[in-house]
Amino acid sequence: MSQIILGIETSCDETSASIVKNGREILSNVVSSQIESHKRFGGVVPEIASRHHVEQITYILEQAMVEGNVTFDDIDAIAVTEGPGLVGALLVGVNAAKALAFAHKKPLVGVHHIAGHIYANHIVEELTFPLLTLVVSGGHTELVYMKDHGSFEVIGETRDDAVGEAYDKVARTLGLPYPGGPHIDRLAHEGDATIPLPRAWLEEGSFDFSFSGLKSAVINTLHNAKQKGETLPVENVAASFQESVIEVLVKKTMDAAEEKKVDRILLAGGVAANKGLRRELTATCEEKGLRLTIPPLSLCTDNAAMIAAAGSIMYDLGRRSDDRLNGRPGLELK
Amino acid sequence: MNGLAIDTSTFVMGVGVIKDGILVGECITNINKNHSLRLMPAIRNLLEEVEISPSELDRIIVSEGPGSYTGVRIGVTTAKTLAWSLGIPIVGVSSLEVLAHNGRYFGGLISPFIDARRGQVYTGLYRWSNGRIECVKEDQIIQHSDWLSMLQNMDEEVLFLSADMDKHEEIITSALSKKAVIGNATELVPRPGELAFIGTQKEIEMETHEFHPNYIRLAEAETNWLAAKRGEESKNKGE
Ligand SMILES: [Zn+2]
Repeated sequence: MSQIILGIETSCDETSASIVKNGREILSNVVSSQIESHKRFGGVVPEIASRHHVEQITYILEQAMVEGNVTFDDIDAIAVTEGPGLVGALLVGVNAAKALAFAHKKPLVGVHHIAGHIYANHIVEELTFPLLTLVVSGGHTELVYMKDHGSFEVIGETRDDAVGEAYDKVARTLGLPYPGGPHIDRLAHEGDATIPLPRAWLEEGSFDFSFSGLKSAVINTLHNAKQKGETLPVENVAASFQESVIEVLVKKTMDAAEEKKVDRILLAGGVAANKGLRRELTATCEEKGLRLTIPPLSLCTDNAAMIAAAGSIMYDLGRRSDDRLNGRPGLELK
Repeated sequence: MNGLAIDTSTFVMGVGVIKDGILVGECITNINKNHSLRLMPAIRNLLEEVEISPSELDRIIVSEGPGSYTGVRIGVTTAKTLAWSLGIPIVGVSSLEVLAHNGRYFGGLISPFIDARRGQVYTGLYRWSNGRIECVKEDQIIQHSDWLSMLQNMDEEVLFLSADMDKHEEIITSALSKKAVIGNATELVPRPGELAFIGTQKEIEMETHEFHPNYIRLAEAETNWLAAKRGEESKNKGE
């Protein structure tokens, strides 16, 4: 018997709904990005994101159901991002999901946003355990160990900025438009890593990350050069910054894989779109004989198919939410 | 017609059900507790009590704002999604118009308001006339002191209605003295039953997808951005 899940994601600035069959087959995945609306503010404005979500939500739901060619009768459960994220944004998805679940008597499954990012990989290649996921996005930088479906152990996380945040801040310093990550990635390929920048290894054996020191080092380097009347080629700054970030991410992932004795690595989150990171992680995993999965770009950024995929597993595991489901901006992954 | 009315635009959470012109159920709380968590259980409980299933609903009525941005969104998102997914129309009613109905039969002007911080209020002016509540001055956001001086110049009694009365009663009575009438406790909170009645009598104005909250004002970031842009433009013109 087939299982059909309707997924809903509104935790940040994408309004998305998706129909996923049997946890892995995407029947539709509609994503309405608000990036153009936030560009002029240089970042996501929570109130404006929330307003967009309310305006878009039923359009997106309808489009997902039409494209997926399903009716409410076909749907087994509704999965929605419960947190973490922007509270006002989360509330739109959560309340829409509760209304649907109530109106059509469907089970409701609250999903952790990061679990969604991890399960984007399940759509690409079925997950096998144990595994380790490197989660990199605008809001998250985490190493998550899983010994089975639905079991998450965060073994390392950032102590300050998320990696995507560091990219955006450095991009702003370099005068690049928002969002800056893709610009740095592109420029990095045109330049050379000639500028010495620190690597934040933290204490021995720690799988945590820290990017604020690196960010400050970039800002200081630019400042000092300016004082001396020198100009540093922006490509070289980008390349040097990116090299430092990637070296730390890849090394920590490899160390964690060794300690946890896993031979399967997943990459997840919006920064997984970074070509430099993809290339380096692919090469290193190959060298070490580790199996690596990286989702296509459309499944790296926020989307509801990943929420439906994670929701499908949670549903099978018997996890249910009730009418009192609420948006939880600081929800922990467990 | 079975109508479900939802109001979470302020601290007051209201759910009402009307069946063929009869108010069959009303649930209302006036406490500072989480609407997002409590709204759906309240809807479910009330509909179960009055034995109407979601598929038997003919219309969803929602308080469309102004009020708390988040509060309005919780109500509107729930209402919109119910309406769209059940294939029934949605009708929006001003949160101030709902409150104004608590002044039915009053002879003078009615000024419902919602505190909007920094001395401001969302308010409008209404009047009971020809057997119905009419809007005299449209809903707006304004410094309460400015609003009250405008009312001082109108030679009529004014009934003030608001769940935020405690913060504003003093400025109202000192500005208008005997011309000000303050509603009693039951009249100060918007009633979901009133919302339901207004909503069942209203024309359906738009498709569910097109239905948006009425925040009255722009997001702060947008206001600042527009002000900065205007500043740039006038600077460029000056050069
Ligand atoms: Zn994300």
